[in-house]
Amino acid sequence: MESLGVLMLDPMDDYLKQELGRRFQLLRLWDAPPDRHDDFLRANAESIRAVVTGGGSGADAALIDALPGLEIIASYSVGVDRVDLPRCRERGIRVTNTPGVLTDDVADLAVGLAIAALRRIPQADRYLRAGQWKDNGDYPLTTRFSGKRVGIIGLGRIGLAIAKRGEGFDCPVSYYQRRDLAHANYTYYPTVVELARNSDVLVVACSLNEQSRRIVDREVIEALGPRGVLVNIGRGGHVDEPELVSALVDGRLGGAGLDVYADEPDVPEALMALDNVVLAPHMGSGSLETRTAMADLVLGNLEAHVLKKPLLTPVV
Amino acid sequence: MPPPALEPAASGDKPLVLLAQPLFPEFAAALKGRYRFVLAADADAAEAAEARVLLVPGLKTVTAEHLDRLPALGLVAATSVGVDHVDLDACRHRGLAVTNAGEAFAADSADYGVGLVLAVMRRVAAADSYVRRGRWATDGDYPLTTKVSGKRVGIVGLGRIGSLVARRLAAFGCAVSYHSRSPKPSAPYRFVATARELAADSDVLVLSCALTEETRRMVNREVLEALGGGGVLVNVGRGGLVDEPELVRCLREGVIAGAGLDVYENEPHVPPELVDMDNVVLSDHRAVLTPESIRGALDMVAGNLDAFFAGRPLLSPVTL
Repeated sequence: MESLGVLMLDPMDDYLKQELGRRFQLLRLWDAPPDRHDDFLRANAESIRAVVTGGGSGADAALIDALPGLEIIASYSVGVDRVDLPRCRERGIRVTNTPGVLTDDVADLAVGLAIAALRRIPQADRYLRAGQWKDNGDYPLTTRFSGKRVGIIGLGRIGLAIAKRGEGFDCPVSYYQRRDLAHANYTYYPTVVELARNSDVLVVACSLNEQSRRIVDREVIEALGPRGVLVNIGRGGHVDEPELVSALVDGRLGGAGLDVYADEPDVPEALMALDNVVLAPHMGSGSLETRTAMADLVLGNLEAHVLKKPLLTPVV
Repeated sequence: MPPPALEPAASGDKPLVLLAQPLFPEFAAALKGRYRFVLAADADAAEAAEARVLLVPGLKTVTAEHLDRLPALGLVAATSVGVDHVDLDACRHRGLAVTNAGEAFAADSADYGVGLVLAVMRRVAAADSYVRRGRWATDGDYPLTTKVSGKRVGIVGLGRIGSLVARRLAAFGCAVSYHSRSPKPSAPYRFVATARELAADSDVLVLSCALTEETRRMVNREVLEALGGGGVLVNVGRGGLVDEPELVRCLREGVIAGAGLDVYENEPHVPPELVDMDNVVLSDHRAVLTPESIRGALDMVAGNLDAFFAGRPLLSPVTL
């Protein structure tokens, strides 16, 4: 394999880092202190033909413009909302992501968060570890998960995988997206508010773009209501976070299972004190099996690029 | 001590039902006015002689001695699904009927079992604590966990609860096999003759069978070793199904990868060693504590009592 100069923006995953180092000429941005990143880029600009980034880091116009030799950006994520795609198109830079391989993990976690939030599994675990077994006189009731109405924003790969799991729990499934898919088993709603109004559990499973930014706003949250649960395995940017926090604190929203936040890894203090939320540290695709498959897809895309073969999973 | 009844209850009076312990508030409220409830321990001689039904709220132990005090007894009605707290041999010898909560708890048990599988393998509970302690900001991303979809699931006990667990996990693309006393020909899953073999072929072992003399401590060292270093145990059955000290040893030694437990051998005692483990999810026997299950159980109990007193077939008799 020729010595493709690859810039990795942050460590992300050991296996990926090792393999990139083994197969290509790897440059690691974090080897330079943060205030010297620009110098590092300038010094290495000519040899960098590929960038490997993650969902959180992305690749903005400043980075792209600093790398005149850049041919491909391979994102170790399915979301590429932080990659400046229009700039890439202008420059003829290819962009790849990691769809498909993480679908199951993310769908699994979405359902795991929904059950955990409704049945308060982490709370029970915490109370027991604190030595408080709730005795018969004061037993806490939580509401049943199966049969609850599940509403999914975005019926793409991940949305469909969540829907299929919901069916295993006899949950009636409905969805919103721009286009009615006329799905035999799932009910379409033309607006997110109507979807929320008719759901007990609302799951965000669409990609983040200009149309979907803050798609879960105050109106949607209130339509979901005091017994409704929001599950977000999309992006923090999908939700009006201050509004979400205030609704949870006030009881205008029943509960939430969150894997993503507006400003990771910072999670609003107010959420940390609540018993009706389950907080996950953006680990939707975080199984060993899936991260290995994602890394292999990044490596496969880079190799295809070098060999001038069709890219495996191009976005641009 | 209430004054003794002077004559037999006139027809039209509410039937007498003895209680092994006080009813849950929801049950008491719903059944009030339909039956005459007396705590068994408070029953006078006439009531003990008259009582045809003993209602057992919760998991109160009912022994042969308790039953012997009630010569007119025909029915022991449990509010739970598991009836291992009742001396079933004594019931069989006396020719008593025993009823349980039937399907009332199946959905919630199964949901909770699957919730525990996901919570253990994807570390949902441990990661929630990680975030609340501020460690995401200070220590970085949570370590990689184990994928659930597509894994091999072994279910011990393919009754109402086990069947629902199977259906739910099959929707995650899991290959489901099961072990029970005998194969269920209508079940679309692979039957395995022993618990040990099932464990050997599984990544996740879910316990959802009744506790009997045959199943007591069925999950022992041998079964845990067969489940193996990547394997996870989830118990929504009874604590007595597992050799608990051995389970703790196996978790400590890494003989298995993790466990999700809603039940323990000696509730409310939870082995203290488990409290420090990240690869365990602990729950205080609350799998079925939902208003939906309680309403369902209430319907079953009331339905069984009504049927018994009307001489109709019982809704959910337990085979003794």
